[in-house]
Amino acid sequence: MKSPPRKQRIVLLFLVLLHGIVLVGGFVAPYDPIRQDRERPYAPPARIHFVDGQGKFHPRPFVYAQRLRAGSFDQYEDDCATSIPLKFFVSGASYRLLGVIAAKGHLFGADGGTANLLGTDGYGRDLFSRILYGGQISLLAGLLAASVSLLAGSIVGSVSGYFGGWTDSIAMRLAELCLALPWLYLLFGVRAFLPLLVSPVKAFLIVVITIGVLGWARPARLVRGVALSAKERDFVRAARGFGASHAYVLRRHILPQTKSVILTQAAILIPQYVLAEVTLSFLGLGIPEPAPSWGNLLSSLQQYSVLSSYWWMYLPAVAMVPFFFGYLALSSALQEGRRAAKMDL
Amino acid sequence: MTPKCLHAIRRTAAWLGVVLTFGPFPCLAEAFPQSQQTTKTEFLISREAVGKRGGRLVLSLRAEPKTLNPIIAADAPSREVIGVMQADLIHINRSSQLTEPGLAKSCKVSKDGLEYSIELRRGLQFSDGKPLDADDVLFTFRVYLDEAIHAPQRDLLIVGGKPIEVHKVDAYHVVFRLAKPYGVGDRLFDGLAILPRHLLEKPYREGKLAQFGGVSVPPAEWAGLGPFRLKEYVAGQRIVLERNPYYWKTDSKGSRLPYLDEIVFLFVPSADAQVLRFQSGETDIVTRLGAENFAVLSRQARGYSMTDAGPGLEYNFLFFNLNDTGTKSSPEAARRQEWFREVRFRQAISAVVDRQAIVRLVYQGRGAALWGPVTPGNKRWANTEIKHPARSLERARDLLHQAGFFWKDGSGGDQMLVDQHSSPVEFSILTSASNADRTKMATLIADDLKQLGIRAQVVPLEFRSLLDRVNQTKDYDACVLGLASFDADPNSDINVWLSSGGTHLWNPSEAHPATAWEAEIDKLMEQQLVANSFEERKKSYDRVQQILDENQPFIFLATPDILVGAKDNVGNFQPTVLEPYALWNAENLFLRNAAETGGK
Repeated sequence: MKSPPRKQRIVLLFLVLLHGIVLVGGFVAPYDPIRQDRERPYAPPARIHFVDGQGKFHPRPFVYAQRLRAGSFDQYEDDCATSIPLKFFVSGASYRLLGVIAAKGHLFGADGGTANLLGTDGYGRDLFSRILYGGQISLLAGLLAASVSLLAGSIVGSVSGYFGGWTDSIAMRLAELCLALPWLYLLFGVRAFLPLLVSPVKAFLIVVITIGVLGWARPARLVRGVALSAKERDFVRAARGFGASHAYVLRRHILPQTKSVILTQAAILIPQYVLAEVTLSFLGLGIPEPAPSWGNLLSSLQQYSVLSSYWWMYLPAVAMVPFFFGYLALSSALQEGRRAAKMDL
Repeated sequence: MTPKCLHAIRRTAAWLGVVLTFGPFPCLAEAFPQSQQTTKTEFLISREAVGKRGGRLVLSLRAEPKTLNPIIAADAPSREVIGVMQADLIHINRSSQLTEPGLAKSCKVSKDGLEYSIELRRGLQFSDGKPLDADDVLFTFRVYLDEAIHAPQRDLLIVGGKPIEVHKVDAYHVVFRLAKPYGVGDRLFDGLAILPRHLLEKPYREGKLAQFGGVSVPPAEWAGLGPFRLKEYVAGQRIVLERNPYYWKTDSKGSRLPYLDEIVFLFVPSADAQVLRFQSGETDIVTRLGAENFAVLSRQARGYSMTDAGPGLEYNFLFFNLNDTGTKSSPEAARRQEWFREVRFRQAISAVVDRQAIVRLVYQGRGAALWGPVTPGNKRWANTEIKHPARSLERARDLLHQAGFFWKDGSGGDQMLVDQHSSPVEFSILTSASNADRTKMATLIADDLKQLGIRAQVVPLEFRSLLDRVNQTKDYDACVLGLASFDADPNSDINVWLSSGGTHLWNPSEAHPATAWEAEIDKLMEQQLVANSFEERKKSYDRVQQILDENQPFIFLATPDILVGAKDNVGNFQPTVLEPYALWNAENLFLRNAAETGGK
């Protein structure tokens, strides 16, 4: 098999690196993402220093302790007398590495104080930790939902394109119905039937399945188009002539043709589904508080006061940019590859 | 007193939200000397600071008013607009919370308390120039009392099971006769706008009155006795009111009020957009602010000033589902109901809730923690005996232990609270998705409960489906809600405390009181309704507060301050903790540099 072109490899490597960081988020994050520190609401990001007030250089980075200004709710000032050194490979809040291994070790931690590198939210929860943990949930939701959509889409699409006739008509009318459905109301309906006390895991699965199931129609139509043209190819006709079964032809000849379409769709759908989770969280259908997700991290930005007073609350959005950029770059690299492959033919 | 009549009074008092006062009523005419400036019109002289004529005041409304017709208005935006277009016989001053004369020059009450004689001011005109006399008052009360009209005010006017009788003595004297003495007194007349008979009699006779007076009514076909009259309505954008040249109040220098030429209400649907409009100078006054937006505006204040009027009358609380759902509910739900019914369980939850954190984190300190329904904004009715215990995890653990709950090691190594059957204690807390404050309260409570080993899941729901669950299907565990009384009097909340009340949220509209303490509250609330003195009423209501504190059907959390802002050039701006927070003295508001602002 031909190795993927250089551009694709670079983008892929970049994405793997980003996902790797999020995957071991419990280790990278210094704090428990749901631990509230009610004395520190909306603390701004702590600045990392190497040089202290006297101009003395310290090899170990440190932050200054933040103190609430008297009589204020959210105005902090650095207490230059109290420096908090950052230590690496320290023991802290317990978590499960990769969701399984119980662990307590963290990449870094503040010695004798709190260091919120990206600030805190309205409950005094560490934003940096929340972004990492939220990424685990949101990216997994995006990946799983995209897989559900693509799996359903490619099966329905290839079958309907390959067989044509009434199978095709029914499948495609169904797809059109799905596209035209006012899904917001459908989701309200789903919520009404669900029990209120849903565990976070179940809530997560519900989000994934809802998003995935609702999104099958578009990939199905694209795959159908490819299948439609593929079935007219000579080698497909030849295989049929040699007596190959439909299932074999579909598996061996049709589906491989749709690979590049599916991959491109995946690269587009994953970020789209991560963002869809934002909407769902807002409607009370997404990952419930206090568990972090990129969706509910962003929902607080809908308030003007947060928007105008606490700039660091934008950071979850900034953190998402490289991921989405990576996926879109991958999608365009894949499309380029597809075009090049076509030219080769 | 028959149950029916009690019920009528209860409904009446609840709707009006007034203080019951007994004994002889002062002759209002003495308190407010009449103007001698004209022989014809008997003006009321305002005692507020003298202002300057002219200018236009711009405000925003969260929604379009549905109607200008006071007979059918039920939504807040309509009431806010109607408030400055209509006038009543006797009015409650929102600042002093006492009654003051309106269209009535005087009100005399007979010794037996059954007859109210009202004398109208002479020479008054509607905003279209037509004169006001006793026939208009008669017509108004005929309309309000007409069953076919379904006016919300009708309930107020049924006393002792019979409608109030209204008789005309002469063109300026009207007598109201009641079937039973009614402690509400002259406060009864507040909010009953006197209608123009010359405009409304025809549609009334044709049975079209309820459809009349929509916002798109031509200004010439609509009139009132308030300081402003309709000038223009632009669908989806604004409603413009202009100065009523026939208004019946003057300032102490004798010039006719109101000062402002125009009031413009812009329709701005979101709170954030209202803040932006105010910040950019498009609107002059902003009300109903959240603490966060108040902080944003205070920080960047230029040309305007922000006022914290102190705690209002709104109280927020957590409550559990105490309905008897019977066989309908699942075994899990039935088990949860068992916990909720246990009073020590509710007391434990109350002990563990960090109210100070709610005030600090939700209201940024602009609010007050609550242990009962009477907020610090209401000093007259608070039971000072009720303790304000600090948050105590130990007390909560003790209470739960006494109630038969115990702790087990959970999967994550945490302690988990379990009941007698070893099932873990977990439940959901509903909040309204559109109310960020209450969702935040619920999230803080869930974190407090985690320290007791209780897993509480916050579920923000769209408001209507939340109400549906609480009132109709009764399919929920716990819920965070708030109620805002519109008067400091306990009667404004009578529907919440009476077991038969529709707002008796933990178990609405009970046919019979489900518990002995609910029966006692019923008795006490009815006692205070007919009691003869404030002290007696206070004693009953104190006991109600004590019962609520002992049984914790509501776990009271906090009350927000009333936060408003106004441009520096708005004169006589005196926000109150009663609605309407800012426009209650619209006729006295003025713009200091009116020439500039008016030409804007």
